[in-house]
Amino acid sequence: MVTESCFFRTAETHGSVSCVSPLFQSVKCQQQHVSGSPAVPMFSTLKDRVGEVLLPGDEFTCDTDDTISLTEHVKPEKVVCGPGLRRSGDRLVVCKSGVLRHKQPNVFWIDSQQRRYVPAKGETVIGIVTTKSGDVFKVDFGGSEQASLSYLAFEGATKRNRPNVQVGDLVFAQFSIANKDMEPELVCIDSSGRANGLGVFGGGGLLFRVSLGLVRRLLAPHSEVRSDLEQLFPCELVVGMNGRLWVRSSSVQQTLIIANLLQSCDTMTAPQRRELFRRVKQGVL
Amino acid sequence: MKDTPLANCERDFLLKAIEEKKRLDGRQTYDYRKIKITFGTDYGCCFVDLGRTRVMAQVSCELVAPKENRPNEGIMFFNIELSPMASPAFEQGRQSELSVKLNRQLERCLRNSKCIDTESLCVVSGEKVWQIRVDVHMLNHDGNLMDAASIAAITALCHFRRPDVAIQGDEVTVFSPEERDPIPLSIYHMPISVSFSFFQQGTYLLVDPCEREERVMDGLLMIAMNKHREICSIQSSGGIMLLKDQVMRCSKIASVKVSEITELIGKALENDKKARKAGGRCGFAESIPQERITALKMEESPVEMMDVTERANDIVQKAEAPPQTVPSPVVPVPGVGQVGQGLQNTWGLEDDDEEEEEEEENGNRGEEQEGKASKMEKYEKEESRGGDVVEISDSEEEEVVILHPETSDKAPVNTGSRSSSHQKGAAKSKKK
Repeated sequence: MVTESCFFRTAETHGSVSCVSPLFQSVKCQQQHVSGSPAVPMFSTLKDRVGEVLLPGDEFTCDTDDTISLTEHVKPEKVVCGPGLRRSGDRLVVCKSGVLRHKQPNVFWIDSQQRRYVPAKGETVIGIVTTKSGDVFKVDFGGSEQASLSYLAFEGATKRNRPNVQVGDLVFAQFSIANKDMEPELVCIDSSGRANGLGVFGGGGLLFRVSLGLVRRLLAPHSEVRSDLEQLFPCELVVGMNGRLWVRSSSVQQTLIIANLLQSCDTMTAPQRRELFRRVKQGVL
Repeated sequence: MKDTPLANCERDFLLKAIEEKKRLDGRQTYDYRKIKITFGTDYGCCFVDLGRTRVMAQVSCELVAPKENRPNEGIMFFNIELSPMASPAFEQGRQSELSVKLNRQLERCLRNSKCIDTESLCVVSGEKVWQIRVDVHMLNHDGNLMDAASIAAITALCHFRRPDVAIQGDEVTVFSPEERDPIPLSIYHMPISVSFSFFQQGTYLLVDPCEREERVMDGLLMIAMNKHREICSIQSSGGIMLLKDQVMRCSKIASVKVSEITELIGKALENDKKARKAGGRCGFAESIPQERITALKMEESPVEMMDVTERANDIVQKAEAPPQTVPSPVVPVPGVGQVGQGLQNTWGLEDDDEEEEEEEENGNRGEEQEGKASKMEKYEKEESRGGDVVEISDSEEEEVVILHPETSDKAPVNTGSRSSSHQKGAAKSKKK
């Protein structure tokens, strides 16, 4: 019953979303409270807010005492900011909307649900080869510009032994240079020169897009989505950090089911997803 | 900015899927995506959603001097804008090949078919006539822009009201809407375009191609037709050879689709009229400034299941027939019409919804019916309440008409009599 389930879903998401806005207000009041009280160490204020929704423009201030005690040994406080947090002078500014996450000992980042990919060094992505020019391939990875991929950056490739890559092929590659002022560069080998899963792939499968949040959820160790999917039917899945997924299964039908399931997982809560997977499983088996 | 390239594997997969009569979004070959028609606050503003394709049409009018060779006819002007918001491949400000093609097709569909009485737009012969301008803006591109644009344009024209004028001697007075009620255009018929895409040199045929399907198709056939089964324009592009049979088949499918869509447009216009009369909040623009975040909302994508038809049929045979309690569209609040929910399937072509079958697999048909019954009761209550008090219509979905290609409640009947409904559709078209 598509229409009804659709109806309920939107109602539920509305419910969960509408509780965001009061939260937003509480964020604001707490903000004033925090900046009003003197000498609150940044680490603990950040720690307090882990798991909350933050919005661009929210700030963390690092107020220092006017007097420095000479007798006591003061250890400098260090915080590592991940994506979504930016330092501006003595303040820490939130620049993406999402949930604040923390990893021991002192790493903080914002977990957001965006679809636009910004390359980062070391991330593995699925790219589409668009042109072959001289000794580099141009690869579209869904970012603001195309990346270059040297033909020597494949396992076993030499000047004589060129890899067999056609325009339109999919490559699973890793960023070796990802810099906002430079053209990004991809490689299909690791530091020891082995392919290690990277390279050209993609016969007979389907490529589709999901949000970056879902990709991270899929790649997380002990991912629930993945374990749910594993129980359905055997499939090959390639997950690019740029939000592209490639899936291949024994039949076109199953491939389509998996693709549609994953795309609808994007906006589902865990119980909704489990329910959907359960229904699919019963329907197929 | 360049469009995202299509990978070879996607192309191969799509073609393979089409050979197996499967589509990416779980539709059947002849299914349309969900059509939703919304109106703006002003007259002559219409939004059409066709799946994820979204189009806005705005009609405006102006008093101008007529063309010399036609001194007592009004002027129609059509303009299609492909904004970069719809797709990164569209460029701002430059007339691309696609926009010229769409523009010409829309003109042929609406102007050359003489669906609007241009003589009634004449104010003073040879001096002053109304120029009706239709601006169609593409808001999101997910394939089949032409059909969405043609639906939006004709609906906006039907919705539009021009100011009343009075002539006294040489003086022309234009009345504001407060002084005199604006006048609707006189529209003879509603041509609607239906697109067919062909694959493998015409071996396979799909209705309403989505963006990725459009990329791999070999040819496209657009048939503009009205509900009287008169073809207003027909255009084939892509350079494939079509047989006479194929064109005939397409025109038959088009006639079924067009009558469905015309009915939907009629319903949407009626709902809007009622809502405006009731004086409540109406129009798309009014539904926007609500403090609601909709970013996490997503249309549920149907999941296609295999080998469920046999089992579904089995269940259908065992289960009793669903109650025939919904003879007419259920109107929850004034200004809301939902087509396809709780109605008999009138698409007349084979369509089945996998999710339903899948739910039936769970064997909770009884629960479903109970749920349905209670929901309907609720609707009825709301309806009666809405009849008494007019202002409570603060629902977001005001005058939104949703057309589901598949019938939700009558799925078992549907699957059981799929072939017969198909024949019915064919018979209907023959009868006409």
